[in-house]
Amino acid sequence: MTLSRRTHPRPLDIKNGRVDLTHGGGGRAMAQLVDELFVAAFDNEVLSQGNDQGAFSVPGGRMVMSTDGYVISPMFFPGGDIGSLAVHGTVNDVAMAGAVPIGLSAGFIIEEGFPLSDLERVVKSMAAASKAAGVPVMTGDTKVVEKGKGDGLFITTAGIGMVPPGIDISGDKARPGDVIMVSGTMGDHGVAVMSQRESLGFETEILSDSAALHTLVAAMIKAAPGIRVLRDPTRGGLAATLNEIAAQSGVGMEIRERDVPIKPQVMGACELLGLDPLYVANEGKLICICGPDDAQSVLAAMQAHPLGVDAKVIGVCDEDPHHFVRMKTAIGGTRVVDWLAGEQLPRIC
Amino acid sequence: MKYIDEYRDGELAQQLAKSIAAEADTARTYHLMEFCGGHTHAISRYGLEDILPANVHMVHGPGCPVCVLPVGRIDAAIWLAGQPDVILCTYGDMLRVPGSKRLSLLKAKAEGRDIRMVYSSLDAVKLAQVNPDRKVVFFAIGFETTTPPTAVAIKQAQALGLTNFFVFCNHVLTPSAIAQILDSPEVRELGTVKLDGFIGPAHVSTIIGSQPYEYFAEEYQRPVVIAGFEPLDVLQAVRMLVRQINENRFEVENEFSRAVTRDGNTKAKALVAEMFELRKAFEWRGLGLVPYSALRIKEAYAAFDAERQWDVPKDSPPDNKACECGAILRGVKKPTDCKLFGTVCTPENPMGSCMVSAEGACAAHWTYGRFRDTKAQDA
Repeated sequence: MTLSRRTHPRPLDIKNGRVDLTHGGGGRAMAQLVDELFVAAFDNEVLSQGNDQGAFSVPGGRMVMSTDGYVISPMFFPGGDIGSLAVHGTVNDVAMAGAVPIGLSAGFIIEEGFPLSDLERVVKSMAAASKAAGVPVMTGDTKVVEKGKGDGLFITTAGIGMVPPGIDISGDKARPGDVIMVSGTMGDHGVAVMSQRESLGFETEILSDSAALHTLVAAMIKAAPGIRVLRDPTRGGLAATLNEIAAQSGVGMEIRERDVPIKPQVMGACELLGLDPLYVANEGKLICICGPDDAQSVLAAMQAHPLGVDAKVIGVCDEDPHHFVRMKTAIGGTRVVDWLAGEQLPRIC
Repeated sequence: MKYIDEYRDGELAQQLAKSIAAEADTARTYHLMEFCGGHTHAISRYGLEDILPANVHMVHGPGCPVCVLPVGRIDAAIWLAGQPDVILCTYGDMLRVPGSKRLSLLKAKAEGRDIRMVYSSLDAVKLAQVNPDRKVVFFAIGFETTTPPTAVAIKQAQALGLTNFFVFCNHVLTPSAIAQILDSPEVRELGTVKLDGFIGPAHVSTIIGSQPYEYFAEEYQRPVVIAGFEPLDVLQAVRMLVRQINENRFEVENEFSRAVTRDGNTKAKALVAEMFELRKAFEWRGLGLVPYSALRIKEAYAAFDAERQWDVPKDSPPDNKACECGAILRGVKKPTDCKLFGTVCTPENPMGSCMVSAEGACAAHWTYGRFRDTKAQDA
């Protein structure tokens, strides 16, 4: 759950409004729903950190907890499925605090009539992902709803982890002058999923980047314990995530279009579909913001890890009272990289 | 990416910008209207204004298909979606366009109406095929580019013997809209809107060709350069327009020669002519009633015409009083001249149509360019 800490021109219309797809799109409409309804109601210090995980003190150190629901359609896609994604996504949310993930819970909401063979395939893939990550599923829950009241299978996972001593990573810690990096190419997951959608049916060899990033994070904080911000750019992509951080930290940002790594196939698919790859979801990439003195060592640590070989510095944070994320375009102009308005791709995770 | 990167080359862009600056006469200004939303988007998306000389001004035109559709037609589509057994389908951008009473297709969908987004008109035909007990209405919008696909969909529905596929036709025509702008009092008599030349449509021109623009280049003595939607296309077109204006020429030139011919796509044009006829007049948001500016389905294909199948409401509710979309679509005002811009009207909660599509002048400026306004304020 990420908060934007921004004001919205018009409050939610609780009396007459209805939830529409934009409220789940990772853009401003979702941020508003979270701010004005959930955060307002649950109001507490941990939630108000505004990160994808809540950090709190326990005897013996600091822990984090995170939860995420998975409703992706189609359930099976090149490079993964809803099961592996439910492990990777939540492990990553825990890891983005610099924490070492300890364990997961898993809740299954299954629609009557769902083939057991598909369920087995999902569960086996989930088990394999959890084993590979070394993060066990420790508890779970199963619910079945009548036919027509769900869409096959939804999974919710929660994760907990321990933050190593001396690590303090949060979305509100970016400072002017800090360096912005990404761990690899942007948009692979969203395009891989889109390519499987019935109505599009274009052929591509792009695989989802779905992966657990906690070992990459461990290598990075070993190189530079002072990393200020980590976040995985999932729904809403790089653009939404940078805007969240800029608003949370109260800084501006300037990135360079030329330096944002994007696979040519992803670029091609986005051209065809009229999408901007900066807004397309990733499930195995992270954004890292650190002080300029740490940049080289963090970058080297990322590039030395198999999940960070394409890591790149893409820009810097600066002072800007409006917290704009700006981009130097390839032809030498400047534009805003705004929040996503509306819904670019429904049910991408 | 091959055949795309070549048109987004940073060094070439700088060279072109330099040559425009060298050729532009510093003693005068150049007001160039890009008709198409595709160009508006490219200008904002790539920050082209940053590299153009200060005396070259881009004026955003009305060529954004979802922007020019009046409130009444949106209301009519919402009404159609509420008729028994109807599945209404349309292209994505249309879903968020506000109708009257702050309703939109997206909100009507959340209230339970069966409204679906399609990527192609043929997907709508497929929907009719797999839902024989439902009535599938394709809310067809757009300029000459999207008209042939609608015609193909009707052809296909006919070949499949479908009796449950209908088209709510809202296709509009580019040349009549340009003529309407040039005939407007602001341009002709008052001179409050300066228009020295036009960047002509890219995709529309692949269908209609460059020939239809020849009339008003001569009649209204304004140069037209047809250009592609990539940033270098736009810069090259600006250079060609600056040259024509300097040399006092009013010709139709074609920068987009890799896709546009003088005659256009004759096959597509023949198909459109077979299926559609001109409406006597059609209401455009911002331009009002424009004579012979839109198409309707011919009698021979009446079985597929939603307007003949249902008694579609013909009300024409006004825009929000404070909304300046009308003036913005005519080039009379800029997005920042509107009181609603960025206050209550944003892409999340659009009050006017120019804030909906990424091709709309307001959405393009808000999404890509608004840091310049605050820079000016802060200074």
